[in-house]
Amino acid sequence: MSVLSDPVNIKIDGQEFEANAGELLIKAAEDNGTYIPRFCWHNRMKPVGMCRMCLVEVDTGRGPMLVTACTNEVVDGMAVDTGNETVKKAQEAVLEFLLANHPLDCPVCDKGGECPLQDQAMSYGPGESRFVEIKRSYEKPIPISDLVLLDRERCILCARCTRFSEEISGDPLIEFMDRGNTTEINTFPDLPFSSYFSGNTVQICPVGALTAKAYRFRARPWDLRMVESSSNFDTAHPRLAIHVSENEILRLVGVDSEPVNHGWLSDKDRFGFEYVRSENRLTTPLVRRGDTFEPVEWSEALDMVANRLGLILDESGGQAIAVIGGAQGTNEDAYALSKFARTVLGTNNIDSRIDDGLSARFLAATVDRGLISDLDTADTILVWGPDLKETHPTLYLRVRRAAQELGVKLVVVHPRTTGLDDRATKTVRYRPGGGSQLLKEMVGGDHPDLADLLGGNVVAIVGKATLADDDQLPESVAAVVRDLATSARIIPLATKANTYGALDMGVSPDLLPGRVGYRAEAMESTWGGLPEGEGKDSAGILKGLAEETIRSILLVGADPVGDSVAGGVAESLELAEYVVSIDAFMNDSNRLADVIFPATVFSEKEGTTTNLEGRVQKVNAITPPPGLSRPDWVILDDLSSRMGTAMGLSSAEGVAKEIAEVAPAYRDITWDYLEWEARDGVVVPLVGESPLGHVPVRLEGSSAPGAELTLHVARVMYDDGVRLRNCPSLHPLAPGAVVHINPDDARRLGAQEGYEVDVVTSKGEGRFRARMDVGTPAGVVFVPQNQPGAARLGSDAVVRVKVVT
Amino acid sequence: MSAPLVVTRRMTEHPADSHTMERYEATGGYVQARRALDMTRDELVELVKSSGLLGRGGAAFSAGLKWSFLAPARPAYLVVNGDESEPGTFKDRQLLERDPHQMLEGIIITAIANEVHHAFVYIRGEYAKPARRVQTAVDEAYERGYLGTGIFGTDYNLELTVHLGGGAYICGEETALINSLEGRRGEPRLKPPYFPAAKGLYMMPTIVNNVETVSDIPRILEMGADEFSHLAHEADTGTFMMSLSGHVKKPGNFELAHGITWRELIFEVGGGITEDRALKAWIPGGASAPWFVPEHHLDLEITKEATAAAGSMLGSGAVIVMDETTCMVRAAERVVRFFSHESCGQCTPCREGTTWLEMILRRIEDGQGRSVDLDLAIGVSDGISIDLAWPPKMTTICPLGPSAVSPIKALKDYFRDEVDAHVANGGCPF
Repeated sequence: MSVLSDPVNIKIDGQEFEANAGELLIKAAEDNGTYIPRFCWHNRMKPVGMCRMCLVEVDTGRGPMLVTACTNEVVDGMAVDTGNETVKKAQEAVLEFLLANHPLDCPVCDKGGECPLQDQAMSYGPGESRFVEIKRSYEKPIPISDLVLLDRERCILCARCTRFSEEISGDPLIEFMDRGNTTEINTFPDLPFSSYFSGNTVQICPVGALTAKAYRFRARPWDLRMVESSSNFDTAHPRLAIHVSENEILRLVGVDSEPVNHGWLSDKDRFGFEYVRSENRLTTPLVRRGDTFEPVEWSEALDMVANRLGLILDESGGQAIAVIGGAQGTNEDAYALSKFARTVLGTNNIDSRIDDGLSARFLAATVDRGLISDLDTADTILVWGPDLKETHPTLYLRVRRAAQELGVKLVVVHPRTTGLDDRATKTVRYRPGGGSQLLKEMVGGDHPDLADLLGGNVVAIVGKATLADDDQLPESVAAVVRDLATSARIIPLATKANTYGALDMGVSPDLLPGRVGYRAEAMESTWGGLPEGEGKDSAGILKGLAEETIRSILLVGADPVGDSVAGGVAESLELAEYVVSIDAFMNDSNRLADVIFPATVFSEKEGTTTNLEGRVQKVNAITPPPGLSRPDWVILDDLSSRMGTAMGLSSAEGVAKEIAEVAPAYRDITWDYLEWEARDGVVVPLVGESPLGHVPVRLEGSSAPGAELTLHVARVMYDDGVRLRNCPSLHPLAPGAVVHINPDDARRLGAQEGYEVDVVTSKGEGRFRARMDVGTPAGVVFVPQNQPGAARLGSDAVVRVKVVT
Repeated sequence: MSAPLVVTRRMTEHPADSHTMERYEATGGYVQARRALDMTRDELVELVKSSGLLGRGGAAFSAGLKWSFLAPARPAYLVVNGDESEPGTFKDRQLLERDPHQMLEGIIITAIANEVHHAFVYIRGEYAKPARRVQTAVDEAYERGYLGTGIFGTDYNLELTVHLGGGAYICGEETALINSLEGRRGEPRLKPPYFPAAKGLYMMPTIVNNVETVSDIPRILEMGADEFSHLAHEADTGTFMMSLSGHVKKPGNFELAHGITWRELIFEVGGGITEDRALKAWIPGGASAPWFVPEHHLDLEITKEATAAAGSMLGSGAVIVMDETTCMVRAAERVVRFFSHESCGQCTPCREGTTWLEMILRRIEDGQGRSVDLDLAIGVSDGISIDLAWPPKMTTICPLGPSAVSPIKALKDYFRDEVDAHVANGGCPF
């Protein structure tokens, strides 16, 4: 891609314009109000000039030439004619050619009504066809992935889907086949198009050739209502539009946000909406009666909980109560929870995270935190953390683009092959548990090439690559990068939806809203007193339950039993005297609750969220909540009134205003501002009376165990999370109980593809299906985390594998 | 008319062993390559420029100028286009098969002139014997140190790779050839930005020259630019090879000087029409070229300019002669079918248009033609090559699509009555 430089003067249809030298004519024209029709050109991909729809006549001093506007850059003095007789002839010809073999089945085509082929045939086409021959025919539709179908008759061979796969997602498994009149798009024989991003091809297809199974034949575009929002799976919060008919979400469509997602969505973010309308949603408050739950009125449930919590408070004080959760909702929900814990329950035992290791201050308030867009301009990107393709799809695409298209060097450090390795300048592997050792060697000068690569302007994406990593490893990596680089930006990774928002709202034992420490005087006066003493994090809370020093726990959109890597959590919950849950679903944890309040989700509530770079964006409501379910903040406010310490929250927007007043970093971020002035959101600055300004420090860690086999447990895209469990199209894509074994190890163990094996650690054991995987180095076995039917193995890196069959 | 032979001299004088290293070296071979090693890039480029050598692949662009356009980035590559696939063209085959060392010496000189250290010869897959001969010659050249590390005892390195195509016509187009050489689909690249001289093979500056063009180079060094430029007609330079085929008594390859007329070519060089029947039409420069007919074109001189002025081109030098017994609809259908079959399918007008034209012509030939069909075919052609202008105003990425329009233009301009007869007759009257 050309670098934009000086402005040049061009003339389009007689009118003079200024454009940037090096810019493509089709873009320059559009920016100046002249739309040149196109099919194959897409703003986010390289031009191919294949469809020929954008032919215009251009004169650069050598006479008029018929050229494609999508492949020619503007040059000074260029005169462009976009609609003379020659151009019209070309446009009509291209459309007649495109329609010659097109089935014209618009009445039954999903794309009808929003189809560029339909629209441009109306605007630029010849009106009727002279084609009297027999049209091409193909078997249709054929599945190209688990979620996407292809109709080769409708296809106009524009290469948008193939380019997306090759240039953007890096899954080039969909390609042109054959040639000439029998050219077709297809997947490779015996290799299904398995991509985490296949849905994007549906969105960018300019005809109805690629359709999503979830949306096929379900609606016409003119029947849809829509609203803009953000995904609540990926912590980058990619922007999307929610399309609804008859109060039901029918599809999510990526919205092109320059700083975040460029319009792309992972399939989980795109198709993961089925849970919203799931039959399994909780629709009424439930109270335990013996072994079963009984639906009750809101007032009855609220009174019960208020009374019981009040009793425990009176007897044992706030130290005996704890809160886990708050990362699934909006910032407004999280703020209400934070305030509820501190002012009503009088406790600092509050945590939004379970087992993800990084310190809250590191995640929320690193002084040199990087932006997603910083990736575009770095000299080097270091990814020392999870496989971004599995856990952070928006970041994955952005890093891939930087390395592939923008010439940024990429270093990937991970225990096994990751989705970015094929674009990496350097990849480094380490045995699970050996991360700190590797870092120590690096600091000691054992990896001079790595140190060289990290010498310039570096963005370091850090997180726990594997469960066996020391908790402090990511922060240590960040500290080392700060020492090596001339300029360092750090992006610390958490995995859950609105974790960063929850931390910013103080859903953490040592933080208060606006990234201030829990001793902040300002908050003390605003909230009228803060609880004494240090709070406990999730691990401490679960320990407290086990030791019975904590009597009651409030779970808000949290499932510690399901999310925890080790076993034993259910036993701890059973020891709790009183468990209250606010949730949209019954899960492995609130099955043990005494009272469950039904909560609203995603498209049912308005509010704000904060993503992994600290960007606050507005999310919007468009579907009605099922049954009697309510937003978290309403439930918490009702409880506070009944417990005699009313929080006085009157509306979600009111909560947002309170946040803007109370939390220094969030000052001036109002809904109106986000809705009307800052459509791309606002990155919250590190300001305020007592900013945390966390500086990463390097800490010593343990070294890799000397075992023959070490265990690598890490999250993958699809798992057994409660929302995915209620998305019937996505849940079957979870790999299940599998263990990846290097073929050399497998030979030694006597295992083959598909064999049943027992995997045993000191913390747990279970039966898994063996997968031969050259991407997993010898000496390491990889088990995807939280899979349906899979046992929990804990974070111990020492593992044994025994072949069963 | 009998031109002083340049590229075919050795094979004419020594038909038995012109392809061997022994014969090549006994007749002055590899002397010029050694000389070139002492010359600068500027000297060599200037020499070829002033010789007036035109590219012999079809575009007839000054070879020296092309060399001078090579972008400064290195490594640069040289690709010799031996994918000779234009129907009716078989001149390169003879040069590859009968005088491979001449081409190799041309490659060495071209490489030196363009600071190239890795050259490729791309030979069409069907040319098994020529490819064998070239490979043998390359092996011999490596053995004697004329290729490889430190050629001719100097410190100049030159690697040469022979590559066989997979049988697609479009891979004769230089950018499709480069794609094919890189292992991609044989599809032309966009120009701009992918002019080979700037972004060619592996996105590096690349010279793509035809087999005949590089075969001319040693002789140019030997005889000097001035003599080479005066071998022929004043408007053109050097000699050129023509592949004469179809209804002539003496078909074959002929190395000629520019400037003779079509009448001389067909009736003297070619010995006249088979069984002395009447000449109906000929294709002057390979299947892509617009057709000529005796009423208008027989006494035109065979030069680049005169042919262009008459709305056609000399192209790859393939002349296909058709006599009075030839059905023009069928001939047109055959040529269009070729292009439709060979379309890469990348761009809309070529992929859809050429097939549509083939269907229309097939229908007319089979007796299903309608009176509107010729105009429909002209209309379809108009969408591939606007107004059937010359040179074409193409709506396509490369000239393959507009090539399929040439026969339609012939039907429109000269043989409308034959088409009408097909329609009226309910089938082919021939």
